[in-house]
Amino acid sequence: MNRFATTPLVQAKLRQEALASYAALGMLVCILLPLFGMVGDLVWQAAPSLTWQFLTTAPTHGMREGGVRPAFIGTLYLVTISLAVATPIGVLAAVYLTEYAQDTWFNRAVNIAVLNLAGVPSIVHALFGLGAFVYAAQLGYSILSASLTLAIMTMPVIIASTREALLSVPRSYREACWNLGASRWQTIRAIVLPNALSGILTGVILQVSRAAGETAPIMFTGAVFYKAIQPGTLLPYALDEQCMALSMHLYTLSTQTPGVAASIPNATAVLLLGLVFLVNSAAIGLRTFLRSRGK
Amino acid sequence: MNRIEVRDLRVAYGDREVLHGVSFDLREKEILAIIGPAQSGKTSILRCLNRTLDFSPDARVSGAITVDGQLLDRHTDVEALRRKVGMVAPLPVGLPLSIYDNVAFAPRCAGISGRAELDATVEQCLRRAVLWDEVKDRLTISGTKLSGGQQQRLTLARALSHRPGILCLDEFSIAIDPVTTMRIEEVLRELRPELSIILVTNLTQQAKRLADRTMFLLKGEIVELADNGVIFSATPGDRRTFDYVNGKFG
Repeated sequence: MNRFATTPLVQAKLRQEALASYAALGMLVCILLPLFGMVGDLVWQAAPSLTWQFLTTAPTHGMREGGVRPAFIGTLYLVTISLAVATPIGVLAAVYLTEYAQDTWFNRAVNIAVLNLAGVPSIVHALFGLGAFVYAAQLGYSILSASLTLAIMTMPVIIASTREALLSVPRSYREACWNLGASRWQTIRAIVLPNALSGILTGVILQVSRAAGETAPIMFTGAVFYKAIQPGTLLPYALDEQCMALSMHLYTLSTQTPGVAASIPNATAVLLLGLVFLVNSAAIGLRTFLRSRGK
Repeated sequence: MNRIEVRDLRVAYGDREVLHGVSFDLREKEILAIIGPAQSGKTSILRCLNRTLDFSPDARVSGAITVDGQLLDRHTDVEALRRKVGMVAPLPVGLPLSIYDNVAFAPRCAGISGRAELDATVEQCLRRAVLWDEVKDRLTISGTKLSGGQQQRLTLARALSHRPGILCLDEFSIAIDPVTTMRIEEVLRELRPELSIILVTNLTQQAKRLADRTMFLLKGEIVELADNGVIFSATPGDRRTFDYVNGKFG
């Protein structure tokens, strides 16, 4: 008798195995189909407008023709300034919470508050930004107000992801440094931060897409329907000016402007997606590089 | 003069007291072994000596510790203390830095930046830890890439890099092979004329081989502290010492 022959029990197990793997594969297809369908449809519809001119010219004829240059540059402004503010503050706050703070009820409450803040809807941040930056700080409707509002929105997520990255650095590394007479800050600077860097970067980069994509916070605080900027300059906006932004532009094209050719909002969306895709790819590349260097 | 004097040391984590009033001295240029089963408070003593117990918020310490005539209190410069009292932890830890930077880390933290001085320190410490010949051609690779035994010798080299007067080893051989263990024991014998060494170990034979005096710690109390000749004789001062040393319990 063959002692390795398949018994009914084994056959049932194999059937379960096949069922489980096909069910999981089916779910994956359910996700991928609409994703590729959506992106494919966007690109297909956007094709007539996807030219280099689209990126380098301003909208004309009441947004019905021309490109998106002011909105594209406006988005770059908002994303850069907001993350330049949110990253150092968020990372250092996370360093305090993980490396310095004692385990007291107050600090536990702060941690929970940060996690909850990360889940606050962007429209609430928009209202806060309007009250705090536009009115109270008297920055007016401006790039600065909009960027700070985006910074407030992204900061809790940066704190949370940085905390995760710091906590993933083994405690034995810290103890080894302390045993050698290193102060807390020397330990953090030499060992903890470099080893958490790829995790911290991932968290920050994810917020690039969020800052680029959100409409409500900037609509309330500094983004406008249309703004003429000087052609040919790299930095056409002043910080106390209002600006256009891709997300806001997409919204106004789709809902506020009659008679726009379908290719223009689609091309705007493709551009926004492309920007996010580019930044994410760069982040993954950077992370791979940092990890390979660390080992 | 005694390098370290410990008087009535008590340590509690929360409500649980793990050291119930321990007193002993570490003499100049001796190896003092501390043996005893798990949970007897061996590591807690070491963590008091270099004040890394400060990083455990729930720990409460009372009693007096004097290092080289200086009483440790809340005004003590703990980083300077940790440079004076070197520590080798049970598990090998290669810091994720190059081998060179692993050893140069402590001198740099102490403010030494001269390249020639660092080079000399790195070579000297790696030589003393009998690791130099294996790594001298690849000092730039990460310390985490070394084998476990090499990492433990790297840890030892690191502990020597800040020129401690006292060296504490906490079960250094727990995760390494017998050959590496014997090599490190040889290093410790060579260091004895220069350093005072506290050797916490689970291996009573290791204490017998290396130490001048041995302390038997049980459940947070010193059962017996005496010369090796007494502890490992047929008639130590306490019956429990004889039983433990001869493997009757623990």
